[in-house]
Amino acid sequence: MELFYLSAHEAARLLQNKEISAVELTREILKRIEQVEDKVKAFVTLTPEKALEQAKAVDEARARGENLGPLAGVPMALKDNLCTEGIRTTCSSKMLENWIPPYDAFVVRKLREAGAILVGKCNMDEFAMGSSTENSRFFPTRNPWDLDRVPGGSSGGSAAAVAAGEAFFALGSDTGGSIRQPASFCGVVGLKPTYGRVSRYGLVAFASSLDQIGPLTRDVTDCALVLQAIAGHDPLDSTSADLPVPDYLAALRQDIKGLKIGVPKEYFGPGMDREVVSVVRQAIDRLSDLGAFCEETSLPHTEYALPAYYLVAPAEASSNLARYDGVAYGFRLPGKDVVDMYMKTRREGFGAEVKRRIMLGTYALSAGYYDAYYLKALKVRTLIRRDFDQAFEKYDVLVTPTSPTVAFRLGERVGDPLAMYMSDLCTIPVNMAGLPAISIPCGFAQGLPVGLQIIAKPFAEEILFRVAYTFEQATGNFRRWPEI
Amino acid sequence: MEYEAVIGLEVHVELKTASKAFCSCSTAFGAPPNTQVCPVCLGLPGVLPVINRQMVEFGIKTALALNCSIAPICKFDRKNYYYPDLPKNYQISQYDLPLARDGYLEIEVDGVKKRVGIIRVHMEEDAGKLIHGEEPGADYSLVDYNRAGVPLLEIVSAPDLRSPDEARAYMEKLKAILEYLEVSDCKMQEGSLRCDANVSVRPKGSTVFGTKTEVKNLNSFRALHRALSYEIERQISLLERGERIIQETRAWDEQRQVTYSLRSKEEAHDYRYFPEPDLVPLAIGEEWIERVRSTLPELPDARRERLIKDYGLPEYDARVITGSKALADYFEKAVSLFPDPKQVSNWLMGDFMRLLNAKGLEPQEAPVPPENLAELLKLQQEGTISIRIAKEVLEEMFATGRGAREIVEAKGLTQITDVAQLTAIVEKVLAAHPKVVEDYRKGKEKALGFLVGQVMKETRGKANPNLVNQLLKERL
Amino acid sequence: MPLSREEVEHVALLARLYLSEEEKEAYTKQLNAILEYMEKLNALNTEGVEPTAHVLPLRNVFREDVVKPGLPREKALKGAPATREGQFEVPRVV
Repeated sequence: MELFYLSAHEAARLLQNKEISAVELTREILKRIEQVEDKVKAFVTLTPEKALEQAKAVDEARARGENLGPLAGVPMALKDNLCTEGIRTTCSSKMLENWIPPYDAFVVRKLREAGAILVGKCNMDEFAMGSSTENSRFFPTRNPWDLDRVPGGSSGGSAAAVAAGEAFFALGSDTGGSIRQPASFCGVVGLKPTYGRVSRYGLVAFASSLDQIGPLTRDVTDCALVLQAIAGHDPLDSTSADLPVPDYLAALRQDIKGLKIGVPKEYFGPGMDREVVSVVRQAIDRLSDLGAFCEETSLPHTEYALPAYYLVAPAEASSNLARYDGVAYGFRLPGKDVVDMYMKTRREGFGAEVKRRIMLGTYALSAGYYDAYYLKALKVRTLIRRDFDQAFEKYDVLVTPTSPTVAFRLGERVGDPLAMYMSDLCTIPVNMAGLPAISIPCGFAQGLPVGLQIIAKPFAEEILFRVAYTFEQATGNFRRWPEI
Repeated sequence: MEYEAVIGLEVHVELKTASKAFCSCSTAFGAPPNTQVCPVCLGLPGVLPVINRQMVEFGIKTALALNCSIAPICKFDRKNYYYPDLPKNYQISQYDLPLARDGYLEIEVDGVKKRVGIIRVHMEEDAGKLIHGEEPGADYSLVDYNRAGVPLLEIVSAPDLRSPDEARAYMEKLKAILEYLEVSDCKMQEGSLRCDANVSVRPKGSTVFGTKTEVKNLNSFRALHRALSYEIERQISLLERGERIIQETRAWDEQRQVTYSLRSKEEAHDYRYFPEPDLVPLAIGEEWIERVRSTLPELPDARRERLIKDYGLPEYDARVITGSKALADYFEKAVSLFPDPKQVSNWLMGDFMRLLNAKGLEPQEAPVPPENLAELLKLQQEGTISIRIAKEVLEEMFATGRGAREIVEAKGLTQITDVAQLTAIVEKVLAAHPKVVEDYRKGKEKALGFLVGQVMKETRGKANPNLVNQLLKERL
Repeated sequence: MPLSREEVEHVALLARLYLSEEEKEAYTKQLNAILEYMEKLNALNTEGVEPTAHVLPLRNVFREDVVKPGLPREKALKGAPATREGQFEVPRVV
């Protein structure tokens, strides 16, 4: 197999055994990027010189016999809403096209410390608002499995980079499915950790009460490895949980005998592609074969999650994005006075979807509508959480499709926001409840990857890894890579 | 018709924590622009706030001193509005669940005591500072974010105040309490204590409220008093002309001594408050409250009573002295070294305050520490210097920071009490002014004063006045 | 239509966005479609249900009152579109 399609932990083993150097591995990835990037367009910014410098430093440290982490020397990519000191962080927006952060995000610092090598910053839907990466203000990213299709979004660049062999792993962010849905579309593993498991410090905020950073990886072991590196308490994020980080690698056991798995029927109803449903049902049968007890259950408020989400998330976003005004950083268009400057700057700086959500969120919070929209949505959020709480009294995990469909064609849903929003039907409830969920490849429909979503209760990432790992080991054939 | 004013004050006080409300930048005043900033208080993309524990503790302390109930659960909210001094274009504040509610403080105006309600006390962050280009035609403003994120308490009074005098008394009392608590510098000129007023008028005896205006920019006690007086007059004359009062925000123009409408082209205020998702709620338990309560210092009212009781000060003196914690501290320290309370109080309320005000200083900043004042008073008491010299020496002490004895000795100001030495000078003066001597002997009493003055002039004020009188009379 | 064109204009002003005529048209239509979809929520009785603003039951997360160095001024001003005398420059605020 090509080096660039090794999993991160396989690559790490080669590095540790000194069968390959970090510089060689990085060159390999940079070469691959050169070959396919024109077609895939996964990156907004590439950092080849910095990557090679960093790789050289890792090799030197290894030669000195220093004790290096499991990711030392492994090339990776970051979604371009994670702040990197000295490297521009654009959120794929004209607003931040030339903004260079003076600080590193918590996760970036953690990965630097772990010795992972940054090869570039990945394209995304502008400010993480979208499900196809078509809302990037720069260019759309293509799905490596079919270049006429979208990679999903908003972490589409991160998913595509991993699927195309342009990075061994990537980080994304997930507010309503932005890691899991593109992971599903691109046939990679994607994890949204429990809200509070990973610090959000340095993640450019979209909807603060929903945002969470997570890995996109080639396999489940990599996913556990990367989460291990980035999880943990951060005093700079008041919403990060001060809980010990378990040994996630130890959770990778091939054993799900006797586990109780709930299959919520609402995720298999109208709006779901029949072929996708059928592939997911086969995967569930497989889990039964492996010894789990699978049973249909119900999360009755599921249908309310999407409308509630599209009030909560835009409301928070309208406030989070107020700071982009052309005063202290970022894009500015001059105006005849301050208000004129603000309005011109924001008209030009933001794209259509961002403006649409700012409008929606501003309206939902405005005088006279707060109770009817925002407060109502927060109450519905409580009902959604309760559904899950009840389900987890009975089941260890819940499984669903990650997305109602396989990757759709570029342009197919542009201009129909509601149709685009439906793409996150299965992932949004998880964010509303703050739960951890993983998407793993579980088969193909129309020759395109299908993702299986596994959901657990808060801070139970270990059981996600256990189920996912068991499934992956039993069905290794889904780990295929696209011809580009 | 006779009208009465209805006034409520919203006071913003900067808390003197070492670091800002939600980040670790210094709060020190007066640093060069944008040198006390970090990604958090600049509102850079991706940053998150973390609550400064000391801010909350100061908030609890203040709320307790104002007799408020501390909320068992409170939270922060975002107040959304666009202004260039606000880095995130929202202010982290508290909306429907403030830190504390339902307190009061007591004021006294013209001998009448009155309880003024405190509706709420909440925590929030300060904004930055805008400076407008000053040269002619300057079309720009400049923003300094050093102050952005400094913790503030907003203290909202009930509309219980009925006159500018009451409003001033309320502010003075509140300032004194805050100083006693040592939670703020309370420097109005530096903006660490600021005040907005809600004002309306109504026919005396009415129980309904008139239309109110909000007056901003009241940055001194004098401005507060004058602006309120002006605004009340303005509203009454509008009503008397049969016109309506427009509910609006106005500002006090210090130069022109008027309030003027801040007609902004901004849309009606819609702050779109919602819970700050980046901060978790506060649950302030009884334990914390009781611990803070046990650290509450003696407050102005209690101290005033104590000064009356323990030192026998008149009520008036005690009120003036305890109006400032620093002054009261100074007083007690000085009295411990020079145990004549009334003397100390007289000096403090007189020359000391005059010299202090002339320099624009607070008592704790006085170049004359209490030890030095006590020394001065001792010198005067034991007769080493006269009162007149003592006053001169105090001025010198303020000017140079030197000690009383040092100045007296260096300048040779010690009082002349040597009879032989003074007799010689007295005789010299008598010989030089035979006409005046004659006048006196003819019964012109005033002539004696002139002669004393001449002796004083000869001795540059150092002669003991009693002795001079005595010696002169003997010879006349 | 819960949202009129005038309201769209008002909301755009609150959000400091200039909208073209076409955008006003399009947003009015799209936002109404979205809000109509939201109407679904009204079918749900939420009386007595506590709102969830935070999913984690965290309370009292503080930092100690310790000063740490921030950014040097040149770094703080580096990304600014316009600066003057160590400050951020904006069109005159009257």
